[in-house]
Amino acid sequence: MSETTGGVEFDEESGGAIKKFMFVNRKAPYGTIYALEGLEVVLISAAFDQDVSMAFLDDGVYEIVKGQHTKAIGMKNFSPTYRALEGYDIEKLYVEKESLERRGLTVDNLIVPVEVLTSAEMGELMSQQEVLISF
Amino acid sequence: MLHIVNKSPFESNSLESCVRLASGVEGSALILIEDGVYAATKGSAAEELIKKAAATLKIYALWPDVEARGMQDGCIEGIKLVDYSGFVELVAEHNAAQSWL
Amino acid sequence: MKFGIMVNEGPYTHQATDTAFLFAKAAIEKGHEVARIFFYHDGVNNSSSLTEPPQDDRHIVNRWTKLAEEHNVDLVVCVAAAMRRGITEGNLAKGFRISGLGQLVEMGIQSDRLVVFGD
Repeated sequence: MSETTGGVEFDEESGGAIKKFMFVNRKAPYGTIYALEGLEVVLISAAFDQDVSMAFLDDGVYEIVKGQHTKAIGMKNFSPTYRALEGYDIEKLYVEKESLERRGLTVDNLIVPVEVLTSAEMGELMSQQEVLISF
Repeated sequence: MLHIVNKSPFESNSLESCVRLASGVEGSALILIEDGVYAATKGSAAEELIKKAAATLKIYALWPDVEARGMQDGCIEGIKLVDYSGFVELVAEHNAAQSWL
Repeated sequence: MKFGIMVNEGPYTHQATDTAFLFAKAAIEKGHEVARIFFYHDGVNNSSSLTEPPQDDRHIVNRWTKLAEEHNVDLVVCVAAAMRRGITEGNLAKGFRISGLGQLVEMGIQSDRLVVFGD
């Protein structure tokens, strides 16, 4: 325990406590605030040098579709922020294939490069995580 | 890992998505809480999904939520009922918990 | 074991806060430690000192305050989410503190288990 690490016990072998964090996004943007405030957490997490990934499932895939224009609803279009994630070293973006297909979408409709996983692959990846934060 | 579903299967696709991803993943369990417990009732349209999930997942329901909703007499056999203490144990026993909000 | 809890909804409208509270209480009773509870989204409304439920209803905010006092639980309210929803130091209930989102990530790093309650 030390004040500088806020009580994180450092493992001398690995040189620090790195955990697998997954942010699970299952909600569409604008209709509710979860997508926007969820993204704010992801950006903050970048400062902690953890193993961060984002999963887009169900209506969460709508967060990253191209062509969002929000001027007329009087809200900020935060979709370009997903493109900035790379600059924060957050490059593990996963989308479930079935969620895309059910919504008539393909990767061509998305504003960021993602890795498309089957339901089974996504389930497996999820089970390997240590911290799952869902919105 | 432990999956937590708190939505009625008649209102949301949370349970369906959870089962789609979690089925077949070694060592996974599912706990139904809050409105999620409606999925635990015999003869409902969700029974088929629960039975499918039960093939690979251990399924639990939070008893205080079941009882609060008057669903105590119609629980699908094989679903284990736990109290808050049992819920805590389930979280402790699994490597991580995913809430299907 | 060390538990971290995230609460994403406000009091009364959703059961999430009640479930989170009863979960925290059960964890403490079993000898686990609930190091921190982080309130996000509308969950920040759990920290308003201005709530006045009817006499025969549970007082959700006071219940959190009591939990913090008795078991040394760190109740953290996200500053950005709080400002959006009109929660300030001026109407913050006892036992809560306003801080940044980093506290949530830190909670994930430092806890053995993190559980999210929301809608």
